[in-house]
Amino acid sequence: MLTGLLFQAFVYLIASVITVPIAKRLGLGSVLGYLIAGVMIGPILGIVGSETEALQQFAEFGIVMMLFLVGLELEPKLLWDMRRRLLGLGGLQLGACVAAVTGVGVLLGLSWQIALIIGLIVTQSSSAIVLQTLTEKGLMKTDGGEASFATLLFQDIAVIPTLAIIPLLAMPDIIGDANIGAAGQAHETLLAALPGWARVLATFAAVGVVVCGGHFLMRPLLRFIGESKLREIFTAAALLLVIATALLMELVGLSPAFGTFLAGVVLANNEYRHELESDIAPFKGLLLGLFFITVGAGIDVTVLLSEYGVILAMVVGIIALKFTVLFGMSKLLKVSHSASWLVGLGLCQVGEFGFVLINFSTQNHALPSELGQMLSLVVALSMMLTPFLFIAYDKFIMKPEHDSDVRDADNIDDIGNVIIAGHGRFGQVVNRLLLAMGYKTVVLDHQSSVVDDMRRFGIRTFFGDASRPDLLIAAGLSDAKILIVAIDDVERSVEIVKFARRERPDLHIIARARNRVHVYTLYQAGASDIVRETFDSAMRAGRYALTALGEHPFQAERVSSLYTKFDRKALAQMAPFYSDDGTLANEAGFKNALEEYKVNLTDAIALLQGEKHARGEKGWTPPPRSFYERQTMNNPQDDSENSKPYPAEF
Amino acid sequence: MTDKTNIIIVYAHPRRDLSRANEQLINAAAELGHVKIVDLYAEYPTYYIDIVQEQERLIAHDVIVLQFPLYWYSTPALLKEWQDQVLEYGFAYGDGGTALAGKKLLCVITAGGSKDTYSSNGTNNYPLSTLLTPIQQTAILCDMEFLSPLVLYSAKCAATDDRIDTHIQHYLTTLTNLKGAQ
Repeated sequence: MLTGLLFQAFVYLIASVITVPIAKRLGLGSVLGYLIAGVMIGPILGIVGSETEALQQFAEFGIVMMLFLVGLELEPKLLWDMRRRLLGLGGLQLGACVAAVTGVGVLLGLSWQIALIIGLIVTQSSSAIVLQTLTEKGLMKTDGGEASFATLLFQDIAVIPTLAIIPLLAMPDIIGDANIGAAGQAHETLLAALPGWARVLATFAAVGVVVCGGHFLMRPLLRFIGESKLREIFTAAALLLVIATALLMELVGLSPAFGTFLAGVVLANNEYRHELESDIAPFKGLLLGLFFITVGAGIDVTVLLSEYGVILAMVVGIIALKFTVLFGMSKLLKVSHSASWLVGLGLCQVGEFGFVLINFSTQNHALPSELGQMLSLVVALSMMLTPFLFIAYDKFIMKPEHDSDVRDADNIDDIGNVIIAGHGRFGQVVNRLLLAMGYKTVVLDHQSSVVDDMRRFGIRTFFGDASRPDLLIAAGLSDAKILIVAIDDVERSVEIVKFARRERPDLHIIARARNRVHVYTLYQAGASDIVRETFDSAMRAGRYALTALGEHPFQAERVSSLYTKFDRKALAQMAPFYSDDGTLANEAGFKNALEEYKVNLTDAIALLQGEKHARGEKGWTPPPRSFYERQTMNNPQDDSENSKPYPAEF
Repeated sequence: MTDKTNIIIVYAHPRRDLSRANEQLINAAAELGHVKIVDLYAEYPTYYIDIVQEQERLIAHDVIVLQFPLYWYSTPALLKEWQDQVLEYGFAYGDGGTALAGKKLLCVITAGGSKDTYSSNGTNNYPLSTLLTPIQQTAILCDMEFLSPLVLYSAKCAATDDRIDTHIQHYLTTLTNLKGAQ
């Protein structure tokens, strides 16, 4: 039994590990990679077969997780700002698409009920493919990306009423030849026994639980778990949160995807947001990948071969119809030209909820099972074509407008791109200065007490260990302008700098250093500015001491400025003699540089103290007496000097 | 050093974000490509000037342009500090102080008041040619040629009454003519 399970896992994993990186390298995107992997192990090699269907239902949970993550990125305010597009674009395209498909169906001789069901099914686009691809291509924050997202979200929400409508469209003659007792049984919820008003009440109560629980309960709960410092328990809690929400939604008959999305939105302001995000993301990725593989593997070759004419016609027809509706509606709502193409080409496939609705419809005898099978193929094929449509978008549409499109998005976030890792005594001061100037920062700290204190003062802080690469990514490393590494742990700060430098060669990294050797390792790791945590304050203490000893305050200031300058120069000169683990690589070179530094510094300070005139670091000193004596002797020349014509009046 | 630019503009403006005329002038000059621009307040925000670096820069150029808004009939404080520190004895004047001999000094100035105010019967009593004599005498002591300054009077409304474009053009022509100067 275990061998079988291991073998199955082995097959899926090896297929994706081989295919996905190759597909990505070839510019096809990861989604197509997974789909190809599925086709390879399914229809072509025949290693996996009918069990994919069961697996698919499990993998669909990846979509639920994805919507949770999408929700986390979307603060309620942003969602509210989106309302016009959500209802306008989403609602219009849904209505128009259903009407168009139903119309064509009726014209082709289908009964209106079946035509309507097909309409409802094919309206659904694939959140999984589209969101994944948009994120991969960095298009999520562009005009087209936002319009696509609004449309997808509306479709997801529309699944709920759709599920309610389908049983009403059940055809008596289909039911006739099936065992009536099983109809709809699978989807009966706990609430079926309740009267209508109680059901409505329970539904609202469930949504209320998600909203209030997320808002009031999760913070103390996550803090309690975070304080245990057990990483895997936090992951378990994150998973539990998603699963519990999904379960609750299932119980009251709402879409789990919608429920977790809602939970995500509620938690978007939570300080544990990035932690949750990075914990769930790998599960989402794997499950979605699995889902795409099952789509590829589930292609029924016999049906495809026997009915290929009809099926291909349906695929092409549906894609063309959906494209026309989506493109037309976007244009109508004044979405920009390239963004309309993105919405049209991106969303014209039939999505994963199509499978769910097809299964549901056949189970409810609203759709003949042969037609359902064919539709499943159409959905799978249209999904497989989507990556090519995205490639076409890249090649033909995006090129001319791409630059301006992306730059627009940049400007919006222009101010918000500072990540501060560590919010202790050091990071706090930096953060307050930046905030005072109106810059937006994302602050990470691994001590929940610190996070709480900051929250109390209204400073946005997130809980999490900043040395974890996934958390840095979740905090927005890929489009940050500046990373400030302010944690006091020497080794982890070097790790963070190394990772960030590898991810973002162009990023400005400011790092806090404990001591000289730490400076050298940070330098090797690629930090742009390195600040010794106690140097500046020690220098100030030294200046106070000099003043107290009777030096003029301005002289004390100049000596300390000079000293600082020399010291920093020397550090930069000696850094190359160290290797990146902080050990001395070139001792002779280092000693020479150190000697030179000492001599230079002594000379400079001697010059600064004396009145001797020589080139070097000294600043203003009075000219020697001889200069003035010669000047008085030059008196006779004064007349000629005065007679020099001034420049004309200007 | 074969391809050295022979003009250096030492630009002193403590609030570039509030500038109306100087920003346009310096940006236009930067487009020329053959001038080296030093934003003094950006390089020395703490007023601690790197004297050696500044002296090396002066040696490397033949024409030194000081561009600044007129503050209290003189330069902004950091440019005065720059003069105090950089033009030192033994470098710019005095024994062996011949580093600047033969170079040209050009002041590019914006003034808030109109030209009329800078006259014996105006609010400011003295013409700018008199007020700038300290800089002129500095040039003389350093054996430099003091070129006739470029002044934009009533700088605040220069943009609205269309004088700024002519002035920019004038500035660029002057810089281009100085390019080949030795």
